[in-house]
Amino acid sequence: MSPPASPLHGSLPPEGADLPWGGPAAGRMSAAPVVEIRNLWTVFRNGGVDALIHKDLNLTIQQGELLSIVGGSGSGKTVLLRQILGLETPLRGSITVLGRPASELTHDGAASRVGMLFQHGALYSAFTVLENIAFPLRELNTLPEDLVRDAVMVKLQMVGLDPAHAHKMPADLSGGMIKRVALARALIMDPPLLLLDEPTAGLDPDRSDAFCTLVRSLHHELGLTVVMVTHDLDTIYEISTRVAVVADRHVIVDAPPKEVIAFDHPFVREFFLGGRGLRAQELLRLHPHAQ
Amino acid sequence: MEDSQPRIAFEQAPDGPCARLLGRWTAEALAQPEHWEGVHAALHTVQQEWRRCQWDLRQLQRLDHTGAQLLWNSWYRQWPDRLEALPAQRAMLERVARFSSVLPPRRRQTAWDLFLRLGAVVVRIEEHVVGAVRLIGQLLLDAVQLARAPRSGPWRDVSGNLYRIGATALPITALVGFLIGVVLAYLMAQQLRQFGADAFIVNILGISLIRELGPVLAAILIAGRSGSAITAQIGVMRVTEELDAMKVMGIQQGFRLVLPRAMAMAVAMPLLSVWTTLAALLGGMLASDLVMGLTPAYFVTALSKAVLVSNLWLAVGKSTVFGLMIALIGCHYGLRIQPNTQSLGEGTTASVVTSITMVILVDALFAVVFKDVGI
Repeated sequence: MSPPASPLHGSLPPEGADLPWGGPAAGRMSAAPVVEIRNLWTVFRNGGVDALIHKDLNLTIQQGELLSIVGGSGSGKTVLLRQILGLETPLRGSITVLGRPASELTHDGAASRVGMLFQHGALYSAFTVLENIAFPLRELNTLPEDLVRDAVMVKLQMVGLDPAHAHKMPADLSGGMIKRVALARALIMDPPLLLLDEPTAGLDPDRSDAFCTLVRSLHHELGLTVVMVTHDLDTIYEISTRVAVVADRHVIVDAPPKEVIAFDHPFVREFFLGGRGLRAQELLRLHPHAQ
Repeated sequence: MEDSQPRIAFEQAPDGPCARLLGRWTAEALAQPEHWEGVHAALHTVQQEWRRCQWDLRQLQRLDHTGAQLLWNSWYRQWPDRLEALPAQRAMLERVARFSSVLPPRRRQTAWDLFLRLGAVVVRIEEHVVGAVRLIGQLLLDAVQLARAPRSGPWRDVSGNLYRIGATALPITALVGFLIGVVLAYLMAQQLRQFGADAFIVNILGISLIRELGPVLAAILIAGRSGSAITAQIGVMRVTEELDAMKVMGIQQGFRLVLPRAMAMAVAMPLLSVWTTLAALLGGMLASDLVMGLTPAYFVTALSKAVLVSNLWLAVGKSTVFGLMIALIGCHYGLRIQPNTQSLGEGTTASVVTSITMVILVDALFAVVFKDVGI
């Protein structure tokens, strides 16, 4: 019933402790976990055959963490993100996000609770960059237009985009710019939780490095909790404070990157200590800024 | 929750006025109309002496970038003389200060832009014409290639398209045809009865349904149903790079995509037209029996006398042309689609509108050219 043992949990209060939550005092939220997944079961029905994706999966994400979820193809990482967002309902088990069930997350005002960077950006193709980022703010229908515009311009430059791009359409942007705009849109309401699905997929090494630096600095400056699904070993080593490996239908290990590498499991060996993994570690040694 | 309302508390301290910010200064909290009005009014009253005022942010429950932006804007984008803020709040304000920039204005439209846009329209029309000519030419070449080596033709594609375009359209065309027949018969019956020319309903229904309405109705239905499907299918193949994959494998798009669809349409369209006409005649026959007491036996014998067989040939020939046209227009728009979803939607709409318009246009042409045939 308890989540997989992790050295990190030692310093934190016991899970399930009754913490004051949701009230105005929630400004200091260091104690309660941001995301708590308990005994999750996921089943995919494919052509009449049920495939069990997750079985008794447990994962706890504390505030201020930068967690990478790693796993083989089809191990249900993206599904996990979608379940945290409340876009999909698990067969069994509970997911609590910011003290409330995940299924309530997409209710009114979701943009101020959670930001999601979809793999392909999911920008609204009929809107300009400015309108895309402003969308959640404008939906509130109260804030004056100039304040909204100023807030958008700040976010646009925070993610490293030039103000000149504000009037462009998503179709005119490159892949890296689309991800940045999508990140700016996810952050427009300053949500405490940010989810990233393959944030560096489809970016060249230069851009993916720049993106990692950006996420790390935002994580640091805004005190965000970041959860990302990625295959990119460089990204994992460079920015994550904790790695959760999903294999055999549950989280097999959940620890800082260095401890995960030492964990003895076929998938971990294959993934981290295969040719690519070793090369990435080599790079890490050459560029010690990563840790 | 009673304290989370964003507000400003003013105090007169010995060393000047003091503005203490309280509650949650977040976009969500500020955007609630009752909160917004209070904050807006409070910021307005402090406007004159904002610089002298001491700003105390330390008791804020939460400050986000939108709240910081509001504050920064109310300070006229300058730092006040005395600011008490936590390091994180100060960092946020600094970030807002650093990045607050004026939005570059949208470029104004000039006469030159309009001129260029006109040029773009001309170029686009030219592209359409060239593309259509090329498509038809390629179709002819492919037909020749097929005639030379019929065994290596894309027959599986033809039969698949024949099923999708033809067989699956049978119920809907029959239903629509039947109902139109009923409607026409009822309308005509009332008019004809006034002249005592009841029996002529067979002539009117026969000529109008067989010669005009049957083929046009079927063509319009198929244009909406299958023309759009052809455009969307080929367009999706463009978006998912399947078309490029075909090209890389050395497979001719015209031969594998356009030719089977054109052939299937050319075969299915006349059959569907006859089918629709039959359904419409059936509807008309039943309705005339009900309204006017015209027996079906009389209807059938009178029909063969009233309508010359040449009308049927004209209808079949017309339908073949319609079918080819719908397929070619569908393929033409499908192949023009850009690899993005918006273009896919626009292309599909344009394809349907164009093919329906063309069907009616060509039908009018047929009516003029063959005015002496069958009447």
